[in-house]
Amino acid sequence: MAQRPDNRGAEPTAPIVDTLIQQLVNGITLGSVYAIVALGYTMVYGIIQLINFAHGEVVMIGAMVAYTVIAALVGAHLPLPPLAILVIATLCAIPACMAVGFTMERVAYRPLRRAPRLAPLITAIGLSIILQNLALIIWSRSPLPYPQIIDTVSYHLTPHANGATITNVQVGIICLSIVMMGALLLLVYRTKLGIAMRAVAQNSQVAGLMGIDINRVISLTFVIGSGLAAVAGVMDGTYYGVAHYQMGFILGLKAFSAAVLGGIGNLGGAMLGGLLLGVIEALGAGYVGDLTNLCHLSGWSSSLAQRCADDPHLAVFGSNYQDVFAFIVLILVLVFRPSGLLGERVADRA
Amino acid sequence: MSAPLRDAAAGEPLLVADRISKSFGGVQALADVSFTIRRGEIYGLIGPNGAGKTSLFNVLTGIYAPEAGTFTFDGHALAGLKPNDVAERGIARTFQNIRLFANLSALENVMIGRHVRTRANVFGAIFRNASTRAEERAIETRARELLEYVGMSPQANTLAKHLAYGDQRRLEIARALATDPRLLALDEPAAGMNATETAALKGLLESIRRDGVTILLIEHDMKLVMSVCDRVLVLDYGRKIAEGPATTVQKDEKVIAAYLGGEVTLSLRRR
Amino acid sequence: MRSYFELRRHPGLEWAGLALVAVALIALPWVLADIGTAWVRITNLAILYCFLALGLNIVVGFAGLLDLGYIAFYGVGAYVYALLASPQFGLHLPFWVILPLGAGLACIFGVLLGAPTLKLRGDYLAIVTLGFGEIIRIFLNNLSSPFNLTNGPQGITLIDPFRIDGFSFATTQRVLGQTLSSPIKYYYFLLAVLLVVIVINLRLQNSRIGRAWEAIREDEIAARAMGINTRNMKLLAYAMGASFGGVAGGMFSAMQGFISPESFVLVESIMVLSMVVLGGMGNVFGVVVGALLLSYVPEVLRYTVGPVQQAVLGRTLIDPEVFRMLLFGLALVLMMLFRPAGILPSALRKRELQARTRE
Repeated sequence: MAQRPDNRGAEPTAPIVDTLIQQLVNGITLGSVYAIVALGYTMVYGIIQLINFAHGEVVMIGAMVAYTVIAALVGAHLPLPPLAILVIATLCAIPACMAVGFTMERVAYRPLRRAPRLAPLITAIGLSIILQNLALIIWSRSPLPYPQIIDTVSYHLTPHANGATITNVQVGIICLSIVMMGALLLLVYRTKLGIAMRAVAQNSQVAGLMGIDINRVISLTFVIGSGLAAVAGVMDGTYYGVAHYQMGFILGLKAFSAAVLGGIGNLGGAMLGGLLLGVIEALGAGYVGDLTNLCHLSGWSSSLAQRCADDPHLAVFGSNYQDVFAFIVLILVLVFRPSGLLGERVADRA
Repeated sequence: MSAPLRDAAAGEPLLVADRISKSFGGVQALADVSFTIRRGEIYGLIGPNGAGKTSLFNVLTGIYAPEAGTFTFDGHALAGLKPNDVAERGIARTFQNIRLFANLSALENVMIGRHVRTRANVFGAIFRNASTRAEERAIETRARELLEYVGMSPQANTLAKHLAYGDQRRLEIARALATDPRLLALDEPAAGMNATETAALKGLLESIRRDGVTILLIEHDMKLVMSVCDRVLVLDYGRKIAEGPATTVQKDEKVIAAYLGGEVTLSLRRR
Repeated sequence: MRSYFELRRHPGLEWAGLALVAVALIALPWVLADIGTAWVRITNLAILYCFLALGLNIVVGFAGLLDLGYIAFYGVGAYVYALLASPQFGLHLPFWVILPLGAGLACIFGVLLGAPTLKLRGDYLAIVTLGFGEIIRIFLNNLSSPFNLTNGPQGITLIDPFRIDGFSFATTQRVLGQTLSSPIKYYYFLLAVLLVVIVINLRLQNSRIGRAWEAIREDEIAARAMGINTRNMKLLAYAMGASFGGVAGGMFSAMQGFISPESFVLVESIMVLSMVVLGGMGNVFGVVVGALLLSYVPEVLRYTVGPVQQAVLGRTLIDPEVFRMLLFGLALVLMMLFRPAGILPSALRKRELQARTRE
């Protein structure tokens, strides 16, 4: 995974509070992306109790399609402002992802709606592999550098010169996420489609008897989730500056963990879980190196002191363990509170 | 079956329930329910739908923990035991909505019932030593005996899910008997049976009792309950409203009121 | 199992069939060696995959617990062997000491994974086991600092081959006038182990333990009501499956002489699970067929996809490896849609997959 555009640990003069604020800003940005992806998982789960294992790949497709559009527009030297290019790219990625999501449900999940849980999980894994390898063929095996069309501007959050900052990209990601979450909540709680979705989630048979076209509602759920995933893909690509055919897998898993953390099937839970997971990851990656730094123990062992002279960051766990946190959170949540923070029970009822 | 399943000192208390309470959310499923089942009797548990009968079963067999109250089985408290421990102590049950191992044969279902009374571990299973082989033979012999006992020998190799409804009910009883229970708890064994099957079931219950197994019976078929049970406990809204010999309970005003007007309605309640 | 017993009614036929299969299996490596030693190595890996799939079959097929992190146990076994029989720490213990150690450690990991996840429902269990597998891989990748345990992404090299006194599995020898190359030696060893594993699987399935697992798979609540300690039985399934994986990992280490975290990625877990599912969950012979199929087909593709494209299109449009994965993904989807019970469904599983509706 690519380096995040943060300045963690770079400036030893930055006050501790600033480091903390910086980690929080980074975590919230990351968490906003997780939250948007987690919404896709949670919507599908809420409505048909299926873990759409291939949802992460939809995010990847979104990032890839947007990459192609951006590269083409930049290459065409049209007199477009950078923001417009980004918006056009996103608007292209959304229908592409929606089509992928729609097809996925139609081809691989709908025929298996009455099958045991194992079956759709395995088709999902199959789809995931297919999408990844198609992306590999269409785009490339190597990471694609996202054209940096937006000039990154950093704003100081504290009076310190080397203190915490927030970039315009981060602000954009956070704001866009909030807008999308709000729109989704409005859709689910204020529209006829939303009522239909909630009815199908409660009891699809009865909803069908009440005249709701269940298949249409489920299709639309996939389509909406995929649209959100497309935006998340563009955000992720823009933030990290790269897109890769395997980027969807780990992102999807983390977003799934976020959905479980918040309580799967619960929209508010997915948002909360996403933000929390982002913050946990940022703080974890930011501090675990310091916390497990063996150089604190230099006084105990001369050989340790010697090695610390060469490498003052000699830690048991460095930030390369960042990806572990999501899994540990996932396992802890499922073990101690399988319903998540805001959700219903997940474990088998007696 | 030739030999009785177990000798019983008839008449002594086998299971004592003392002020059992359990609620789900705001609903009080069981409130201070106390009763005593004596060795060798067939004890009926009746009540309108939603009276708490199945909840009582689930609390007794360890699926739910009671909020208050204790069960004493054969002189030992059952508090905090898991369902498998309860089975080990000698209480076997059937389920209202049949829970057989659907994709296993009738014989295999009963053989699984022997699990708790047999010992073979992984090493025995892998090395197939003499004692394991002997145990396997004993398990199969016993399972076949029990199928014979409930009259299902011809269907031994049929998958449980392909059995007729009445046969599934009987298979559940055979499977429960395979655990060598001292108390057999049956949750609506006659549900869905026709008159002939119910008559056969009555005969089966009586012979199980004769062979020394005490029976706790939840049943909606009042004719069956009244003809086979020694004593009956009536629950309504989680409370005990009557207890005693079937004939007495039948005439109890509270029971009649609970069932909204007596025997005519009673027979309608059969499903 | 039914057909196995039916066969038993004609003992003459059974023995003749067995003798035929035995001769074929003994002759196989010599035939393959004529085509190319690579095919003997491929066959050895295929047997290793059979081994892994049979281990996973205990967890998934018998007990019905979905495990997407199974390769982690393989990794644990492989690293235990590599660390105790390589220049990494200068240790060179004999394999009959290390293999049980690897199995034991994998078993402990299996229980550690199993204990907290016992209550989870199938699809959650899948994701948690997947996470567990990734955690193990990340650790293997990063445990090179501050103390160099695993040598990180570079992996461990110069791992000892199996050696019994003077007889090394790594060298070519002349025995009875025949050239016995290293892959052929390993082939016979692996074949013997595989037979043992198959017998263990069959015996477990037809035992008190196997029946308890099947009961749990069919209906956990009813199983508990019958006095089966579901917690212990599930842990036992995890532990058994993990131990198999650990032993397989040790053999992999010795055979390859080099391992790195790259060999223990998620796709490998998925591959092994697919072998179980494609072959027919719970059916020992189905699982073996699934494992052989998924081991050989990619190799055949490797040798055909490129040349065919060259011949037809004049250039290699799709990398054979990518093509293989596409085909694999497609096979998973199509299998679930059209033949969900696998190629050789266990009679029981087949009925279950066809008839059971979602709760």
